[in-house]
Amino acid sequence: MNEPKTVPVDRPQMQKVVVPQERAVPTERTVETAATPAGLSVVRSFLLAKSSGRYADGAFASLMVVCALSVFAIVLLIVFVLISKSMPSIHQFGWRFFETRTWDPVSGQFGALPFIYGTVVSSLLAVLIAVPLALAVSIFLLDICPRFLRGPISFLTELLAAIPSVVYGLWGVFVLVPIIRDQVGPVLEKYLGWTGFFAEPNFGVSMFSAGVILAIMIFPVISSISRDVMRAVPVNQREAVLALGATRWEMLRIGVLRNSRMGIVGSVILGLGRALGETMAVTMVIGNHPDILKNLLAPGYTLASVIANEFTEATGDLYLSALIEIGLALFLVTIVVNAIARLLVWAVMRGNTARAH
Amino acid sequence: MNLKMFGTAVLASSLVVVSGGCKSEPSDTGAANTATVNITGAGSTFGYPIYSKWFSEYDAAHPGVQMNYQSIGSGGGIRQVSEKVVDFGASDGPMTDQQLAQSKVKLIHIPTVMGADVLTYNLPGVTTDLNFAPDVIADIYLGHIKKWNDPRIAKDNPGVKLPAKEILPVYRSDGSGTTYVFTDFLSKVSPEFASKVGKSTSVRWPGGIGQKGNEGVSGMIRNSPYSFGYVELVYAVQNKMLYGQVRNAAGKWIKPSTESVTAAAAAASKDMPADYRVSITNAAGADSYPISSFTWLLIPVPFSTPEKGKVMHDFLEWMLDHGEGEAASMTYAPLPEPVIARVRQTINEVH
Repeated sequence: MNEPKTVPVDRPQMQKVVVPQERAVPTERTVETAATPAGLSVVRSFLLAKSSGRYADGAFASLMVVCALSVFAIVLLIVFVLISKSMPSIHQFGWRFFETRTWDPVSGQFGALPFIYGTVVSSLLAVLIAVPLALAVSIFLLDICPRFLRGPISFLTELLAAIPSVVYGLWGVFVLVPIIRDQVGPVLEKYLGWTGFFAEPNFGVSMFSAGVILAIMIFPVISSISRDVMRAVPVNQREAVLALGATRWEMLRIGVLRNSRMGIVGSVILGLGRALGETMAVTMVIGNHPDILKNLLAPGYTLASVIANEFTEATGDLYLSALIEIGLALFLVTIVVNAIARLLVWAVMRGNTARAH
Repeated sequence: MNLKMFGTAVLASSLVVVSGGCKSEPSDTGAANTATVNITGAGSTFGYPIYSKWFSEYDAAHPGVQMNYQSIGSGGGIRQVSEKVVDFGASDGPMTDQQLAQSKVKLIHIPTVMGADVLTYNLPGVTTDLNFAPDVIADIYLGHIKKWNDPRIAKDNPGVKLPAKEILPVYRSDGSGTTYVFTDFLSKVSPEFASKVGKSTSVRWPGGIGQKGNEGVSGMIRNSPYSFGYVELVYAVQNKMLYGQVRNAAGKWIKPSTESVTAAAAAASKDMPADYRVSITNAAGADSYPISSFTWLLIPVPFSTPEKGKVMHDFLEWMLDHGEGEAASMTYAPLPEPVIARVRQTINEVH
């Protein structure tokens, strides 16, 4: 409807431009299109004739701004709701909520420390197990893997990412837990028992099982993203390193890993984010007992699990608000862990560039 | 132009959504010819199987009545009926005085059926039903009895070869009426349990492992040798699980069954308060199974509208006349006769 107004303005300009360009076509078309600031290029005028670019641009830009700002709105709303709904608990316990170990719905004593501990430890354990595995798989696929294996392996890796977490949980209960109870646990106790991290009693459901299942869940994320990042390293970089006489490992280390470390760290942070918030699979294998123990073979509890477990049956305002404050704690833990991860990246980056020079 | 088209598209799609949302109700009532009475309830997951059977049978027999029930958990049921989000609630534990005072509507408790918690275990090599004394159960969960061959367990199970293995107590990690009944029972039989742990839908267990839902607990027990835990009778029977006998207040070993649960209710009915908020755990009577409980419907008085109130009243009468007879076939214990007679009086308040 607005077109009739805009067309008369645009058309004279267009005609002016089109004529000289037609003459210049055989020799300098490319130069002219790029270098005529006063007139409009062929492409530009073609586009102008096709549609009203000005409005589309404006609309597109404002739509993008709205979408971008909605992220702020969503986060602020989440924080607002979490804080306002957990007010009774914040008033009652204050900072102690994050420091005390008692979670007793009967007497109305609520402390989040065992859950925070469980969330952080299980996620770190998962990252510790998943990162070497994921990097090994992606390096293997990138450089070492025979062609016929590459398809199946990367397909299966992506398939792992698509499995719902409750299925992981079921598999954990019926397969992983018995293996950790009967095979892995005793071996760990025998050889690593002296560290105090692996001790009796070992019932299979434990912080360690949660870490392993989380590792399997975040492994595909880390692996596929870091593979894509490594693949993006230019081939001539690698060839250059090889040409200087580097071995394959040196080439991967200097030519590939160092260049893609930023993307790899990004993939680890993404994986960590998934591990921190994972609920269903963890609650099925972690044992759901709020305790802070050094022994990784003992049961634990995570922030997300306690919300999922107790929210439906929670009665009483204080109990409910304590559970919502657990949600707030999970939010804070995620922010803090992410911040620490970014800080680490920043520190490592600075150190590395300094060494390179 | 593009923006406008986008806007029109959004508007059009939202109109479709809005009109679709509005349309559904009138068209439903139009189809039924007479106005359909929609009654919505929410709460107890324990009662869900029999409630959904009752409601669908009742709906089929009474055209123009539509009863919906969502099993969101007893806590959610209490919250939603107190806030008038749903027409009625359902709970496995009675509401506390404080909850009743905070409710926006006056609520009455109507007992519907009864259930029980059974003790189940995984002991390789033992296929007989074990006997558990109440104080032994409490001490297992308190962590005082650690091994299966503890003399206090062995004393009640002569002739059974008990292994010298550590007991793994399993509990429900999600808040549940099952846990409420179990901790209510343990608090009655063990002063130490009452003071250290107490009774609630979720409590602070001194030890052991938590699993979500009856299926989580039973899965854990089936998978872990030397474990011990509690699940609902319905669940244990339907899954053909091994479960033990418990010594009741009269000193007899009782196998959990719908009969022994109804016996517990009958024994407790003599001194039942007028509002039915009573715990029947550790009930007197020679045949009573001690870890039994009512489950209740929470009915607002007066009901949301008189029209719906009449339907609810008719349903409750139908439940007492026909519904109770179906309970035992679904492994719920039906109300004993004296309680039915009293409930029949009480439902006259529902209008």
